Amino acid sequence: MTPKQGSRRLPPLRAAVAVAVAALAAVPGSPGVAAAAAETVAIVGGRVHTAGAGGTLEGATVLVVDGRIAAVGREVAVPPEARVIDAAGKVVTPGLFDSMTQLGLVEVGAVAGTRDASVDDDRVTAAFRIEDALNPASTLIPVNRMEGLTRAVVAPRPGESLIAGQAAVIHLGDGADLVVRSPVAMVAVLGERGARLAGGSRGAAMLRLREALEDARDFAAHRGEWERAARRDYSLSRLDLEALVPVAEGRVPLLVSAERASDIRAALRLAAELDLDLIVAGAAEGWMVAAELAAAGVPVLVDPLTNLPSSFETLGATLENAARLHAAGVRVALMSGSSHNARNLRQLAGNAVAHGMPWDAALAAVTAVPAELWGVAERAGRLAPGLEADVVVWTGDPLELTTWPEHVFIRGVEVPMESRQTRLRDRYRDLPEPGELPPAYRRP
Amino acid sequence: MPSKIVSFVVLGALLATGCTATQSTPETAADGGRESTATASREAAPAAAEPFASTYRPLPSVTTLITGATVLTGTGERIDGGSVLLADGRIAAVGRDLQAPSGARVVDAAGKWVTPGLIDVHSHLGVYASPGVDAHSDGNEMTDPVTADVWAEHGVWPQDPGFVTALAGGVTTLQVLPGSANLVGGRSVTLKNVPSRTVQGMKFPGAPYGLKMACGENPKRVYGGRGRAPSTRMGNVAGFREAWLEAEQYRRKWRRWEEKRDAGEAGDDERPQRDLELETLAAVLDGEILVHNHCYRADEMAQMIDVAREFGYRITAFHHGVEAYKVADLLAAEGICGALWADWWGFKMEAYDGVRENIALVDRVPGGCAIVHSDSEVGIQRLNQEAAKAMAAAAQAGMPVTREHAIRWLTANAAQALGVLEETGTLEAGKAADVVVWSGDPFSVYSLAEQVYVDGALLYDRDDPARQPESDFTLGLLPNAEGGAQ
Repeated sequence: MTPKQGSRRLPPLRAAVAVAVAALAAVPGSPGVAAAAAETVAIVGGRVHTAGAGGTLEGATVLVVDGRIAAVGREVAVPPEARVIDAAGKVVTPGLFDSMTQLGLVEVGAVAGTRDASVDDDRVTAAFRIEDALNPASTLIPVNRMEGLTRAVVAPRPGESLIAGQAAVIHLGDGADLVVRSPVAMVAVLGERGARLAGGSRGAAMLRLREALEDARDFAAHRGEWERAARRDYSLSRLDLEALVPVAEGRVPLLVSAERASDIRAALRLAAELDLDLIVAGAAEGWMVAAELAAAGVPVLVDPLTNLPSSFETLGATLENAARLHAAGVRVALMSGSSHNARNLRQLAGNAVAHGMPWDAALAAVTAVPAELWGVAERAGRLAPGLEADVVVWTGDPLELTTWPEHVFIRGVEVPMESRQTRLRDRYRDLPEPGELPPAYRRP
Repeated sequence: MPSKIVSFVVLGALLATGCTATQSTPETAADGGRESTATASREAAPAAAEPFASTYRPLPSVTTLITGATVLTGTGERIDGGSVLLADGRIAAVGRDLQAPSGARVVDAAGKWVTPGLIDVHSHLGVYASPGVDAHSDGNEMTDPVTADVWAEHGVWPQDPGFVTALAGGVTTLQVLPGSANLVGGRSVTLKNVPSRTVQGMKFPGAPYGLKMACGENPKRVYGGRGRAPSTRMGNVAGFREAWLEAEQYRRKWRRWEEKRDAGEAGDDERPQRDLELETLAAVLDGEILVHNHCYRADEMAQMIDVAREFGYRITAFHHGVEAYKVADLLAAEGICGALWADWWGFKMEAYDGVRENIALVDRVPGGCAIVHSDSEVGIQRLNQEAAKAMAAAAQAGMPVTREHAIRWLTANAAQALGVLEETGTLEAGKAADVVVWSGDPFSVYSLAEQVYVDGALLYDRDDPARQPESDFTLGLLPNAEGGAQ
């Protein structure tokens, strides 16, 4: 469906998109706080879950200065210039972090022109970078952040190739550039989907993946010869090979979607053999290979609501997957796999708890663990001095459904509790009486 | 309004014109014809005795007293320290100081909550069964935009593992609908969520049939993509109207024959030919089959209301209704329920204006009827959580809703839309003992359905593996894994 020329001329296309993105971001009137300076804020008296070494502190203060967390504790002095938020009876956590979204890559799911998450052309695979397509003005960003989501992995989806491209981490604050770190992973898909893309068999998918990685290694070692056409042909284009080199060298994680136990094992074998930094996404049958995942130190991203045999590769799906993986010592992060409703990440965490995952582990699976996995642990994911201040003040237990955020800070800036949805709600909240002007005149 | 509609229907029927192919859409029609419907259709078209009749019989039960619970009755009442007595498959009593009859099983539910069995008015379990392989794609007869002749029950696979997981989520009744590819997708069926070898063994006795209709993007995309009508919303409405015109004509033809027969002027030889498609549509015009209309946009709901007016039928519920909040007053005035999601939005253009307060905004209008529905084999497992999210969104927006009221979104209001409120949907003496015992507040993410009773029979018990059914499909699938597929 994508025009073919789109793939070949990446550099000019990138430039054009970047200009467009910058122009969009500059449009006034987009909801947000782009101009708001990071202020000094003291969030006082709440139950503070640091998601880190600080543990949980009752009646503690979180001090935010210049966009960063300056202090967390029960004995923190509040500077006189600080805005004080009384959080007595409230719960304070790090901002939530979804490990798999297409935020900024999709506006309306069924409207092709607003979708940029996949490439239907197998000449662009590993080189595909999402940040060139990212739209910081997407309405999905305010919708999700006002419910406590402050960071997310934005990942490409497989189009025509089982190597989908490079994922990035974004923040959900305002600004023209939401990208925090890129690339954070190379995304590939095995299992049924990978098999289909490779011609019909899982065996072929593994061969394609292995070939790509081996070619990247060879390319890195013999670039000069290749430039002089004195090296064999490779399975991928130069751009794709360049992108795969750090993956093949174990410097960028390979994020592989795999559900069936045997597919996860195949990925583990490949990673061990080629010394890759592997992360497994999906892993519906992950609990069946939990010991192997733990022994290999391979983390998993799971959706804790996956419990049906929706295909023959998820026959072992269970609501206890997250709990069992955690108990086996596997590092678990949760993923919504959604974009419009990435905000439901906390519901996923709550359900993981309902089915056996310790509460602290579930919170960490949507805060500290993803920050670690995606290489931003020194910037986000916990409430600790020096980190960027992604802080949420909740009316109660954030994993409950009957609570909500009262304050959301992203990198020290409080974001408004507004979105296109709240404006629509307020426009129609009181329906017009006869004789009144239509709702079209209301601009909440 | 309803009576006006009925007379309109009759008029419309007499006016009849010819028309188009009928098709059914998988997603919309929810409530079906009950026995009275079948009776009426028989009058219109003398078929054999009710086809595909329910063979459901309540499973064995013992007199059970659930005591000491927080009871949400579904009537808007909350009873702290309440008890519910189940006897002979019915609710015998609900109150504070009930005594256990001798021999009764007593369930100490101190600290637990009790609600009516949950009801999902929008499911495709069985017609889009797990695993979701092509061979299980039985919910959209995408060969014609009007397929009123197809019945969801003929596509329902009772071994769909999703029935079992829905039961573990407290769902005791569900409406299975055809999908939304067609303008008219076909008849829905209302099921008791009981393990059964046959669909007939699940059919809710006496529940009316529903007709699934779908407006908006889906039908026009499916057929427009094939270069045939409908390819626009204009074509959608034309397709509906043509189908109803044909149904009117069909009904008139039958009535004429019946009059002549009754007058001794015509015999069986002149009896009109039965038409499965028009028989179903005519039963809608007769008010015997309930219309469940998949419709997202506010303006389209208003259009569908006018189509219904023109032909004199009633719309029981708009399903999905992502923009229902924009016309909540209209829905309430017409007595149409909104069967809605808590937060789905943005997956297509007609879902772009979703708001989390949709359910509460539809609910709070005087006469408003809001229902939490799933349309999902995942969502049906936790309708209570969907309701909790809608409740929280309402509270955050300054429109707090009590738990005893919110539970109606997934019990009483749903039962009303399915035409089975006299039988289930609330905890009231005399009704079917469809009951859930929750480990705690059902609006908490941590609470789980511990016991689920259908007609008094304990069909799911989280603490008793002997009371946890398993589909044939998952049995023995994972010989090397412990714990199975739950």
